[in-house]
Amino acid sequence: MAAANAEKYKTDGTAAGNLLEWVDARFPLMSLWNDHLAKYYAPKNFNFWYFFGSLALMVLVIQIVTGIFLVMHYKPDASLNASGIPVAFASVEYIMRDVPWGWLIRYFHSTGASAFFIVVYLHMFRGMLYGSYRKPRELVWIFGVLIFLCLMAEAFMGYLLPWGQMSYWGAQVILNLFTAIPFIGNDLTLFIRGDYVIADATLNRMFSFHVIAVPLVLIGLVAAHIMALHEVGSNNPDGVEIKKKKDANGIPLDGIPFHPYYTVKDIVGVVVFLMFFSVVVFFMPEGGGYFLEFNNFFPADPMVTPPHIAPVWYFTPYYSILRANTVNFFWIDAKLWGVIFMGLGVMVFFFLPWLDRSPVKSIRYRGPIYKWALGIFVVCFFILGYLGMLAPTPGRTLVSQICTIIYFAFFALMPIYTSLDKCKAEPERVTG
Amino acid sequence: MKKLLIALLSAPLLAFASGAELHLDKAPDRSRDFAALQNGAKVFINYCLNCHSASYFRYNRLTDIGLTEQQIKDNLLFTADKVGEPMTIAMRRAESKQWFGAAPPDLTVIARARASEFGSGSDWLYTYLRGFYRDDARPTGWNNTVFSNVGMPHVLWELQGEQVMGPDHKLTLAKPGLMKVEEYDAMVADLVGFLRHMGEPMANFRKELGVVVLIFLAILFVFSYALKREYWKDIH
Repeated sequence: MAAANAEKYKTDGTAAGNLLEWVDARFPLMSLWNDHLAKYYAPKNFNFWYFFGSLALMVLVIQIVTGIFLVMHYKPDASLNASGIPVAFASVEYIMRDVPWGWLIRYFHSTGASAFFIVVYLHMFRGMLYGSYRKPRELVWIFGVLIFLCLMAEAFMGYLLPWGQMSYWGAQVILNLFTAIPFIGNDLTLFIRGDYVIADATLNRMFSFHVIAVPLVLIGLVAAHIMALHEVGSNNPDGVEIKKKKDANGIPLDGIPFHPYYTVKDIVGVVVFLMFFSVVVFFMPEGGGYFLEFNNFFPADPMVTPPHIAPVWYFTPYYSILRANTVNFFWIDAKLWGVIFMGLGVMVFFFLPWLDRSPVKSIRYRGPIYKWALGIFVVCFFILGYLGMLAPTPGRTLVSQICTIIYFAFFALMPIYTSLDKCKAEPERVTG
Repeated sequence: MKKLLIALLSAPLLAFASGAELHLDKAPDRSRDFAALQNGAKVFINYCLNCHSASYFRYNRLTDIGLTEQQIKDNLLFTADKVGEPMTIAMRRAESKQWFGAAPPDLTVIARARASEFGSGSDWLYTYLRGFYRDDARPTGWNNTVFSNVGMPHVLWELQGEQVMGPDHKLTLAKPGLMKVEEYDAMVADLVGFLRHMGEPMANFRKELGVVVLIFLAILFVFSYALKREYWKDIH
């Protein structure tokens, strides 16, 4: 962190140098620059998995910038226009057709939503591979899980805005979950919805939250995530602390300054990411019906329930967990159990730093049990995600119940199997 | 452990034995055939744009498929006064709902909305518009193979003729229309091509631009990778 007596910038006599000295005397510009970039020492052995942090930040910027321009033309209005189309739905098509480059901005935003989740899921998986949540990085992880929660809220509310059939009925399903809460459920749902059905009031408040409230919180959390990270330093694929071995100047032997080394490396990552992103935006903006659901090209119609309501792909693992709860027990309704387990499915990530009892952090030095456990967990996560897109059948429900049990067993049994696991010895230094 | 994993991986296959199938005919691609798209626009404006609107699509966007504003004004401008206006209709929704049971939907993005796991929206429309058959049980006298109990009568029946459904669920042409089967199919393909074009008029440009963007990114990749290599050559 910026020490109060950090050395201030001295001008080299040029005009730019004079300006920098003037600014640095009044604002901690150089110390911010050094603490977070030029003198932030990151382990030199980051691999492929370490691209996704900076990519997540870039997708956030894409979403904010494209979002700003979309708001200039989007109208959160559920009333019908002269042709009988909801104004909100028509305004999206107006952006697609009549706003110069509007289609590009809109596809960037809609593809960005899915890209955000792909990148964040991979970023979280990295943490689980290399034990990045372990001491002393518990707060980094907790801020991260909070970001994940905010992102889910942000995506859910954003999906309502185009006011298509899936927007409407997806929101109907999710908001009705609140009715499962005992005693206050119905009143709470009414309070959230702002009307007896999903209507203009709902659309307007979701719009407000989507463009102002949640992004503000999200940016604050991202700042906290990065500040906490830079306080404790980055983990690495070997899971060893580079700060334990320093040279005479107090610089970690295995550390390299984030700037320029990782800035130039992350530029490569950004370019490769943008190639994949562009393939979707320019050649398959609907993402095969997974990024933009086909049914959402029908305007919202409260009188016509679609035969099959599926959330967008990034929610489907949790939607499957919700639907897997089909039994009433302990005097509690199956629907409420579904809501509880769906919530727990996300919340359980908060406890990961304390559930993991392994003596080593990285999967490189863990024993077979954790490798199998993580592998099976990932397979279950994919199966749950896939099943969440399909209409339920008894067979599918059974599979999703098995996968739900495994999902939670991965966390619940973690203190046991991680302490039983036969780990290899960690190296003294990073292995490159 | 391995058995568990195998069981886990094979379980979904069991569960995903699928349900109802919808067979759709593949719609011919007309996306870059301006003559066909213009013919489709003509059919759309003459036959569809009386009950169905296309209210996000402006008449002068027909210049994208090679028509001039003068041609649009002279031949196609029936429901509006100016070429910059969208394709709206005069029929009131409340009344059309009374007449047909449901107000005819706006068709601007119908080719995108009708896509499903069974085929593209174009495939659905191509099959639908060729799938009308006589059914005396329906108030309109018409039914459809992909949209059962559809509210719309067969507007193009004079051109196609009358199909009937046999006991084997196959359609046969009982009474020929003004067009031969191939002519009718080609016209429907043009119409569907236009509906698809209307759903995303910038689709062709989008793909062309995408190629340019990817070439740019490929070049940028070479330079960014060289930059990274240069900086990292001392790190071991």
